[in-house]
Amino acid sequence: MEKNASSESWPLWEVFIRTRQGLNHKHAGSLHAADAQMAIENARDVYTRRNEGISIWVVESRHIHASAPDEAASFFDPANDKVYRYPTFYNLPDELKNI
Amino acid sequence: MSPFSTYIIHLADNALILGHRNSEWTGHGPILEQDIALSNIALDLIGQSRNLYQLAAERLNSLSPERKSITEDDLAYLRDSTEYKNFVLLEQDNGDWAKTILREFYFSHFQLLQYHGLLNRKDPGLAAISEKSIKEIRYHVKWSSEWVCRLGDGTLESHARMLNALDALNPWIPELFIAADYEKEAAESGLALDPSALYEDWLSMVNTVLANATLPLYPPEKKDAFSLSGKNGFHSEHLGYILAEMQFLQRAYPGCSW
Amino acid sequence: MIPEEKIFEDKIAREVRIEPRDWMPADYRKLLIRQMSQHAHSEIVGMLPEGNWITRAPSLRRKATLIAKVQDEAGHGLYLYSATETLGITREETIDQLHSGKAKYSSIFNYPTLTWADIGAIGWLVDGAAIMNQVPLCRASFGPYARAMVRICKEESFHQRQGFEILLTLSRGSEAQKHMCQDAINRWWWPSVMMFGPPDDASPHNQKSMQWKIKRFSNDELRQKFIDVCAEQVRVLGMKLPDDKMKWNEDEQHYDFGEINWTEFREVVNGNGPCNKERLEARKKAHAEGAWVREAAAAYAGKKNHSSNNQ
Repeated sequence: MEKNASSESWPLWEVFIRTRQGLNHKHAGSLHAADAQMAIENARDVYTRRNEGISIWVVESRHIHASAPDEAASFFDPANDKVYRYPTFYNLPDELKNI
Repeated sequence: MSPFSTYIIHLADNALILGHRNSEWTGHGPILEQDIALSNIALDLIGQSRNLYQLAAERLNSLSPERKSITEDDLAYLRDSTEYKNFVLLEQDNGDWAKTILREFYFSHFQLLQYHGLLNRKDPGLAAISEKSIKEIRYHVKWSSEWVCRLGDGTLESHARMLNALDALNPWIPELFIAADYEKEAAESGLALDPSALYEDWLSMVNTVLANATLPLYPPEKKDAFSLSGKNGFHSEHLGYILAEMQFLQRAYPGCSW
Repeated sequence: MIPEEKIFEDKIAREVRIEPRDWMPADYRKLLIRQMSQHAHSEIVGMLPEGNWITRAPSLRRKATLIAKVQDEAGHGLYLYSATETLGITREETIDQLHSGKAKYSSIFNYPTLTWADIGAIGWLVDGAAIMNQVPLCRASFGPYARAMVRICKEESFHQRQGFEILLTLSRGSEAQKHMCQDAINRWWWPSVMMFGPPDDASPHNQKSMQWKIKRFSNDELRQKFIDVCAEQVRVLGMKLPDDKMKWNEDEQHYDFGEINWTEFREVVNGNGPCNKERLEARKKAHAEGAWVREAAAAYAGKKNHSSNNQ
């Protein structure tokens, strides 16, 4: 049986927890586990010891794809000046109700 | 002491001694995540023992109101080995992770069936504790079963270690299903459960997992001689050391509050 | 200054958190890895002196709370190792550094827990000092560190209370219990005061860490705050802190205190404390004896993955 560092290392998982019915799952942290089932159980023991959750998602960290931080400006700034996407952009008379 | 009170203490001792053993792993687990997991199980078990000792103390106090009232800690900390009624299985040393897992696996399956049976017995106090505990035990069953599979069907080494664990613990299994006199009496009056009735279900649950784990099934081919009976106060030498450690402060400084 | 560095410094100045994939100076990364992993190791090694007393806790209630507390420390170590991993160093590597002696941990855990009162003193003084250190870290400039600290501080609040409650019970108990209580305070006081690290003028990392807003207060500031708080709290116990020079300074609005034995501090940090060897050996042993377990679970997961891919 070969014995090296990687044969005993467990992958890293990201943990998402729904704290209450009706809310989104939110990133809580990460942990190591050998498989998905274990990751869910570890998340239960590590991140919900104080009743912090009612549902858990886990995903192996290597499966997460992220936007690049150095592209943040071209990615997100263009949304800054699109004020017409907000309801307050439109001028309507006060007597108009239920709109 | 009435047979039923003794029976409650038997249940409490089981939970406490296994909780105590499991808690010896806290800080020494094979990986942080599993250290936390086993500590959680220890906490569940110690919580169960407290509920049960409190129930027993309540009964004992109501039966003899003239005596100074007994607490959960009196029951846990001031009885000696021969008065303890836990299974010999549970006081065995932790050994390696395989042995600890197998003990948890065997016992949690037993406890699940036992507490299910207690749900519709006559004592509402015990039924309430059972109902609360079953939620915890279901998780212990799942967690330990998964580990039995991982170790049994993991590497050559882990498989070999599981075989050793089976050898070490199988001799202590028959006790679980042999009713003590107090157990039988309390069962006949509708308060407790005769454990011999649980054997078939236990066997099929346990063996399903052992088969998946590519491990030999229970019972082992060779029947081991069996003589100890923890539930009757006839223990292995391990319990004395557990109690010496656990009860040290209460014994060294009698009558103090902590 | 390269443009990335300007953006970085600008973020620090504007209190914008730095996230793992953002550009950061190599020294910032290095300092964080050092401080965070040291912090994580302290949580893990810190489990040992207290874990020691789990099997001897004097009541079922104390036993349960102690297990929960030591378990929390495992959790805190885990949050911090995870946060450290976002900087590009695996938990395995970090732990190797602990085991090889390259990485340090809080020297307080190299002192022995001799009596039950030590569990109380650790909760009150050691966790008290830790909280004092950690609360400002919730605003640390590195996002994952700050978030881990928020979670830790929330959970830690019960630790100090359970410690104080243990001491309070002892202080109201028998003569032997009172003596046990004072003795533990005597032994844990100075090491706790040292927990804030060397004085500011002798602390090489302090300044850089403050400049980058990882730390918000200097070692000496936090130490003074801790001493002021404890000097008041000890009265509730009817006990004394072992410092003859301690007295209220009206002008400064602080407590004066006696000289700290920095030689002892350096000796313990450098591995010559009463329990350094045992602590590290215990960690190494748990890790080594767990290797076959981790390996088996990894092998099993590999098999299951393989068979589900073939279906």
